[in-house]
Amino acid sequence: MTDIHLSNTTSIRTQDEAAAAKRARMDLISSVVRYALLFGVGFLMLYPLIWLVGASFKTNSEIFSGAGFLPNSPTVEGYVRGWQTSTPYTFGRFFWNSFLIILPKVIGTAISCTMVAYAFARFDFPFKKILFGSVIAVLLLPNVVTRIPQYILFRDLGWLDSFLPLWVPSALAGDAFFVFMLVQFLRSLPTDMEEAARVDGANSLQTLVFIVVPMLGPALVSVCLFQFMWTMNDFLGPLIYISSVDKYPVSLALKLSIDTTEAFEWNRILAMSVLTITPALVVFFAAQRYFIEGISAGGRKG
Amino acid sequence: MRSQRLLGYAYLAPYLIGLVIFTAIPFLSSLYLSFTSYDLMSSPQWTGLSNYQRLFTRDRTFEKSLSVTLLYVFSTVPLKLAFALFIAAILNYKLKFINVFRTAFYVPSILGGSIAIAVLWRYLFSTEGLVNMAIATLGFGPVDWFGDPTNALFTITLLRCWQFGSAMVIFLAALQSIDKSLYEAASIDGAGKVTTFIFVTLPLLTPVIFFNLVMQMVQAFQEFNGPYIITQGGPLKSTYLLPLYIYEEAFKKFNMGYASAIAWVLFAIIMVLTLVAFWSSKKWVYYAGDKRS
Repeated sequence: MTDIHLSNTTSIRTQDEAAAAKRARMDLISSVVRYALLFGVGFLMLYPLIWLVGASFKTNSEIFSGAGFLPNSPTVEGYVRGWQTSTPYTFGRFFWNSFLIILPKVIGTAISCTMVAYAFARFDFPFKKILFGSVIAVLLLPNVVTRIPQYILFRDLGWLDSFLPLWVPSALAGDAFFVFMLVQFLRSLPTDMEEAARVDGANSLQTLVFIVVPMLGPALVSVCLFQFMWTMNDFLGPLIYISSVDKYPVSLALKLSIDTTEAFEWNRILAMSVLTITPALVVFFAAQRYFIEGISAGGRKG
Repeated sequence: MRSQRLLGYAYLAPYLIGLVIFTAIPFLSSLYLSFTSYDLMSSPQWTGLSNYQRLFTRDRTFEKSLSVTLLYVFSTVPLKLAFALFIAAILNYKLKFINVFRTAFYVPSILGGSIAIAVLWRYLFSTEGLVNMAIATLGFGPVDWFGDPTNALFTITLLRCWQFGSAMVIFLAALQSIDKSLYEAASIDGAGKVTTFIFVTLPLLTPVIFFNLVMQMVQAFQEFNGPYIITQGGPLKSTYLLPLYIYEEAFKKFNMGYASAIAWVLFAIIMVLTLVAFWSSKKWVYYAGDKRS
C-alpha cells in the first residue's frame, strides 16, 4: 500500500499520510482499549447496586442461590414486610423523621453559609485573614476531637434525643466546606452589579438578597444537594444523639432492622436498603450537574 | 468604613458564634477532658497524664486499634487515589458518553457512607455472597472474608475504594484544564504517551493530588460506618479502627476522659501527617507561575 503511494506522491506527503494513518490507527486502538476498560470497571462498580435492586424482589431462598440479578419469581414480600418493621412504626415514620432532620438543616445551612461567604468575599474587617484561615482549619479539623464535649454540651442544654444537635451547628455555618465553596464561587463573580445596586441606594442586605443570591444560584443548589445527601447518609450523628425509636431517621432504622430481623429474612433488609438509597439516587440523577460542579469547584485552588 | 467593618462582622456572626461554641470550646475541653476521669455522673477528676500512660503502656486494645487504623489508612488512601487518577486519565479523552461514564462512576460516592451500602457489603462478601460466586466462576474456592483478620479489613478498604468518584471528578476537572499546547509540545519533542503522562501531566496534577491526599487521609482516619456495620470491629479486633474504639469508650462505657485521650492521640496523628504533607508539598507540588483558574 505504501509503495503505491510512494510512486504517486512526493515522499514528504507520503510520510505525512502514513503518520496520519498511524495516528488514526493508534487513536482507534486507544479508544477501543479505553471503552473496554470503562465498560469493565463500570460494570464491576454498578453490578452490586443492580444486584441489590434485583435481590430485593427475590425470595429469601433465592437470594444466595445465584449471581444473577433477575428474580425467578418476583415478590414484593420483602418490601411489604420490611416496611412494617419489628417496631410499632412503619418505615414511613422513619422517612418522615429523616425529612424533619434534613429540611431545617438544609435551610439553615444555605442561609448561614451564604451570609458568611458574603462577609468573607465582599467586606473588609479586622482579622479577616485569620478568620478565613479558621474556616480552613475547621474544614480539616477531625470531628472526632470535638464530638465528646459537644455531646456533653447538648446534654447540659437538655437537647439529647431531639433534632436540635443535628440542626443547630449547621445553622451556624458549621459545615466549613460549604462556606469555603461559596466564598470561592463569590470571589470569582464580578462586583459591578452589586456596585450598581449600591449606587441606586440598595443597602447591603438588599444587595445580598436581590443581587448576590440569584448569582450564587448554582453554587447554592450544590450546597443544598450535598447537605441533603450527607444528612440522609449520616449515621453517627443520629446514633449518638437520638435514642427514642419514634425519632429514628432511616439510617438508624435500617441498622435496627438488621439487629432485630431474623437472620434468614434477607429480602426485608435488602428491600429497605433499596428504599433508603432511593431518595439520594433520585436527587442525584435529577441534578447531577450541580454535584459534579460542586465537587470540581471544591478542588480548585483559590 | 467603620460601618463596613461592623456589617462584615454582622454577616459573619453565625459563623463566629458556631466557631466558639461548637468548635473552639469543645476542642479545648476535649484536651482538658483527656487529662481527667469523667463518667458524666460526677464532675471530671483531674488525673494528669494517667490516661495517656495507660494508653501507651498497658492498653493492648489501643495498640491493636492504632496499628489497624494506620494499616487501613495507608492502604486505602493510595489505592483509592491511584484508582481515581487511573480512571480520570482514561476518561480524559474525546470519548462519546464521557458524561455517562462520569455519572456512573460517581454513583457509589453519592451513596457514600450510607448504611444501606454497608449492609450490601455484608451480603456481597458473605460466604455464599456475590463476590465468592464470582470468584468460584474463575475457579477459586470461597474466601472467608469476614472470618479472616486480613480479609476483613480489606473489605472495608474495597468499600472505600469503590467510592473513588469524588476524587476522580476532581482529577478529571484538573486534567481537562491542562493546556493542550503542552501535549503538542511534548509530542513534537518525541515524547510517548507514558512519558508525557509522567513528565507533563503528573507535575501539573500535583496540586490536586495534594488536595485529594489530605482530604482523603483526614476522612480515612475517621472511618466509622464501615467497621461498625460490616464487621463490628472483628474478627479479633482486626477492623477495630480508632473511631470505633472512641465511640465505644465514650458512648457505651461513658469513659469520657479516656475516650478524649484516644481522640487526641488520633487528632495528633492526623495533624502531624497533615503538617508533613503541607511541609513536603513545597518540594513536590508544582504551582504554575501564571494565575489561571
